[in-house]
Amino acid sequence: MQLFPCPFCGLREETEFHFAAEAGKARPEPAGQVSDDGWAKYLYFQDSPKGRSREIWVHLACGEFFVMTRDTVTHEVTGSEALSGRSR
Amino acid sequence: MSGYRLSDGGLTDRGTTLRFSFDGTAMSGHSGDTIASALLANGVRIVGRSFKYHRPRGLWGAWVEDPNGIVDVAWNGRTTPNLRATTEPLINGQEVRSVNAAPTAAGDRWRKLDLVSRFLPAGFYYKTFMWPRWERYEPRIRALAGLGRLDPGHEPAADCAQVNARCDLLVVGAGPAGLAAARAAAARGETVLLVDDQDAPGGALRWRGGTIAGSDWRDWAEDAVSTIKAAGGRVLFRTTAYGVYDHGLVCAWRRREAGPDQLWRIRPGRTLLAAGAIERPLTFADNDRPGVMSADAALRYLRLYAVVAGRRIAVATNNDAAYPVAAALAQAGADVSVLDSRDDSLAMAECALAVERNTLPSAALGQEDLTGVLAGDLRLEADTLLVSGGWTPTIHLWRHAGGGLRYDERLAAFLPEGGMPAMRVAGAANGAFGLAAALADGHAAGGDDGPAPPVGEGHASYAIRPAWPDPAGSGRAWIDQQSDVTVKDVALAAREGFRSVEHLKRYTTLGMATDQGKTSNMAGLAAMASITGRAIPEVGTTTFRPPYVPVPLPVIAGRRRGQLFNPPKRLELEGRHREAVAGLREYGGWLRPSWYGADGAAAIDAEARAARRAVGLLDASPLGKIEVIGPDAAALLDFECYNRVSTLKVGRARYVLMLTEAGIVYDDGVVMRLAEDRFIVSCSSAHVAGVRMRLEEWRQDRFDPARVFIHDATAHWATIAATGPKSRDLLEATLPALPRQALDLAHMAVTETALDDAPLRIARVSFTGERSYELSVPQSAAAALWDRLTAGLATLGGCRLGLEALLILRAEKGYPIIGKDTDGLTMPHDLGMTGPMKKREDEFAGRRALFTPQARGADRRQLVGLAVDESAEPLPTGAHGYAPSGGRRRSIGYVTSSYLSPELGRPIALALIENGRERLGERIPLVHLDATFEAMVTSPVAYDPAGMRLDA
Repeated sequence: MQLFPCPFCGLREETEFHFAAEAGKARPEPAGQVSDDGWAKYLYFQDSPKGRSREIWVHLACGEFFVMTRDTVTHEVTGSEALSGRSR
Repeated sequence: MSGYRLSDGGLTDRGTTLRFSFDGTAMSGHSGDTIASALLANGVRIVGRSFKYHRPRGLWGAWVEDPNGIVDVAWNGRTTPNLRATTEPLINGQEVRSVNAAPTAAGDRWRKLDLVSRFLPAGFYYKTFMWPRWERYEPRIRALAGLGRLDPGHEPAADCAQVNARCDLLVVGAGPAGLAAARAAAARGETVLLVDDQDAPGGALRWRGGTIAGSDWRDWAEDAVSTIKAAGGRVLFRTTAYGVYDHGLVCAWRRREAGPDQLWRIRPGRTLLAAGAIERPLTFADNDRPGVMSADAALRYLRLYAVVAGRRIAVATNNDAAYPVAAALAQAGADVSVLDSRDDSLAMAECALAVERNTLPSAALGQEDLTGVLAGDLRLEADTLLVSGGWTPTIHLWRHAGGGLRYDERLAAFLPEGGMPAMRVAGAANGAFGLAAALADGHAAGGDDGPAPPVGEGHASYAIRPAWPDPAGSGRAWIDQQSDVTVKDVALAAREGFRSVEHLKRYTTLGMATDQGKTSNMAGLAAMASITGRAIPEVGTTTFRPPYVPVPLPVIAGRRRGQLFNPPKRLELEGRHREAVAGLREYGGWLRPSWYGADGAAAIDAEARAARRAVGLLDASPLGKIEVIGPDAAALLDFECYNRVSTLKVGRARYVLMLTEAGIVYDDGVVMRLAEDRFIVSCSSAHVAGVRMRLEEWRQDRFDPARVFIHDATAHWATIAATGPKSRDLLEATLPALPRQALDLAHMAVTETALDDAPLRIARVSFTGERSYELSVPQSAAAALWDRLTAGLATLGGCRLGLEALLILRAEKGYPIIGKDTDGLTMPHDLGMTGPMKKREDEFAGRRALFTPQARGADRRQLVGLAVDESAEPLPTGAHGYAPSGGRRRSIGYVTSSYLSPELGRPIALALIENGRERLGERIPLVHLDATFEAMVTSPVAYDPAGMRLDA
């Protein structure tokens, strides 16, 4: 059972969280001008890096989305920050 | 001859006599016995039959390492299968049965199977019984091999609590190293949690004894325990830390004499593993004969239970640790001789018994029971052969946590290597063999730099000379007794290319039994090393995975079973529904009335008719009530919904779809605008949490979160829907204080008013196609409102409406249930909703995906109705429509909903059919299991296609 740090609530068990998206993956817009392949890439292609990974997670208990940096091999969590524009 | 109990000594309570039986024979033991010690004391040699060959098997170990003592135990009318005799406490009245043996372990009817063993190598059954299919033979082969039998009547209670614990230092193992570490840490003010699987402190001190800090070890251990408690720590006995999981979580199984077992979920600051070491067997022909036993286990049986394993005992060893065992058994009256693989050692020199040097057993003699030992030319008469092949450190938890190992040539063992931030290993588990070394290692690990307590030990030598399996040895030498794996099976695996230990394990099942190879893995990998000409560290170990011992599933499941496994959400009005004899079932996570009355089918029929002819009253409280508030609320909902929301006027409602970014319909619902900057999203009851999260995600990652706020008020409000041509009459009659304009609301209009000082929201939204009013009040006002409305039903010919009738009513109207009448490919235009995708130019979730070639393809499955003959049975839900394709059937879609419509007097069905709308009027064949059907493709709307009844 992993412990994830919510920037607002602190360390909580992983069952309180959901993965949302890989961080830094912006929705391509205007979407109408994105090619079919481009949209498919946005939808279905993930980097799934081995090792350090920046991801958006949501803490279901408080409903806040945040950026978590963790290692997908060792499961070490090295960072947790609110989305830009959000403060603690 | 076999084991017996001495007239005094041991730690059992001789004042209490416990009666039990083994394979039908009455026996007795004492409080404090394990089933194994009691069996041994009663002279039982054969405790079971082996898994594959039905060979006789006796006790090899005395604790978790034992591979053979597996028994079914009936007690108190319940049978628990596959308990381990060595760790199971003896209880008065237990009926113990051996496994894989009938009628008894000693008289097993399959005992001759072993004579054909040369024809049964590893993988024999799977290789042989392949034609025509394995499944044909499997039941009979399974009956031959295997362990205990399940008692179908035994459903253990869901009463095991799960305890969360924190501590500065978790110490696993209360032997000398663990106690010294815990004591040192507690003395420094740390909060220590010390767990041990035995029922008292001391570890191996309990049977090996020793003097610590100038007095008996018990005084020192007692002092250590009180030091830990005084510093705020805890000591848990009969508690096995069985696994280390992510981020340092340690799980422990705590057995309790009074009360159910517990699962401890421990989050330690640091963990110290001081779990000791396990004695290894020696490998020689027929080394699995009952009577061959671990030397350390024999000492344990002697000291803890005063049970002597045999009368004429040979001890075979390759290290010094077996000498105290030989001496103790000789002192207890047994006739003991020693075989040692070495030429000389400290312990050998001090030994008063006869020692055969440079000798190890080459074969055990005897058929069902041991009669002697063959060691080269030497032939020894013996009823018991105690063996010690060295010691394997118990580093399982270290490996679970990701720690490394190195092979130590001097100790002939894998030891922990390197460091980990939050775990250390100390004592025998760390290769610190012997009391002084273990104590010093633990003392330092506990954080004390000073000298460790002195010990008054005789000698601390270990001096092992490795004795690994000899692939060239004659006869059948066992490596894994529980899985019936011999040295020859390892050689066969190597010949067939399974040279990696992981392949070896899976091919031969070595180490895969319930003992998880505690005594066999080292011998197995050493045999593979020797056969393939590699060094032991080159072969390496298999992966260590939790649990360290088999943990009963009820302990892991805890109380999360039955209703508590996935507790349904409960309606405020559940009591009212029960009074009205509602059949309650789970719908989308909520426990809701399916119908009212004893006869379900009749009730559903009557309720559906009443809603069409008069009025039905539905508890619709689970409907979503997600409030979206703020200056950007309309913009957020425009993005979230397929249908535009910002054009909605205050006081109006709109049916909307919500799409995934892949353009798939995620949910539908009704959005109501209560004010310019305040909306309620009334999504389907099963999707409330999901829709709320979607809204939050867009809000936080796309909009200015300071300008729009989401509040899920679903649980705070009850919603009661009155539906049917007389719904207005019902409101008028039962709620006379209701303002006129509330009754006169237009379809898809919403208003906020009050009733009896409680806020009341009324919306004209219909799930049935009939005139309907949705009345929402705070939960505290729900019962009063329900009572007033139900009081008026009888006069109007109305009734309460359960979910099943509602499902029929909405299907008659072709209203889809998202996720039932749609699947993971359904887009809005497949439901016939093409307006927004044609008209909207702005960005919304899922829009782009509606314009891909796939989305615009000509073969999309579209929602249609299916009509069959009036007299026919309704089509089975899930039946596939098909088109003949080269002699086979190609599915063109399937039935999603199917009912007998009470109002129409004929079956109706909804289906997703390829190009369905172009097939209107076409008759298509359908198939379900082996039955075929025919149906005509129709519009999904079977009832009131013109929508005249909404304002009837």
